[in-house]
Amino acid sequence: MENRLRPLRAERNWSQQDLAERLEVSRQSVNAIETGKYDPSLPLAFRIAELFDRPIEEIFVSPTRRKSGAI
Amino acid sequence: MLTRTPAWKRYNWRVLWLSIVYVLFLLAAVYGFKHQLVPPALKYPVAILPALPIIGIFGAIGRYLVEEQDEYVRMLMVRQTLWASALALSVTTVWGFLDSFGLVGHADGYWVAVLWFVGLGLGGIYNKLTLGDGGC
Repeated sequence: MENRLRPLRAERNWSQQDLAERLEVSRQSVNAIETGKYDPSLPLAFRIAELFDRPIEEIFVSPTRRKSGAI
Repeated sequence: MLTRTPAWKRYNWRVLWLSIVYVLFLLAAVYGFKHQLVPPALKYPVAILPALPIIGIFGAIGRYLVEEQDEYVRMLMVRQTLWASALALSVTTVWGFLDSFGLVGHADGYWVAVLWFVGLGLGGIYNKLTLGDGGC
């Protein structure tokens, strides 16, 4: 799933490891989510959204909305 | 390199100890049967001794999947176990039919476990190739 994790992380000058520690997951998890290789569970997506203080849909791009050209 | 989570470290220790127990049990059973030291009443229990730590390793993998808190790392192991099961079941199914038609010799059942562990390794390679993370 496409997402804005990398720019959001870059805004804060956080490395993948910094973000991983804040989310209590492995750096590999952050990398897999950032590169769209892995879609996080809903609880983890909420943790990410809460950490960046943004709604989920501002971080993760809905695949259906993207397909319909809404985004 | 994949992060070694606390659950993964516990899993590794369990597998290490179970592997040591497996070698000891196997050597004891082989020695006992070879030198006819096993009383008739104990033949079945002694014969299955080496299987117990192998079953323990299957249990350790299940426990790891329950204990692993990192969902991505857990998914990697789930993919590996699916590869392992697919390989073991596919090969033994094919072998079973070949055996039924008298085209191959009979194979000992414990080879299923060996195939399963080979599949676990192949699953790790598949994870590495497709996701860039080898898993456990």
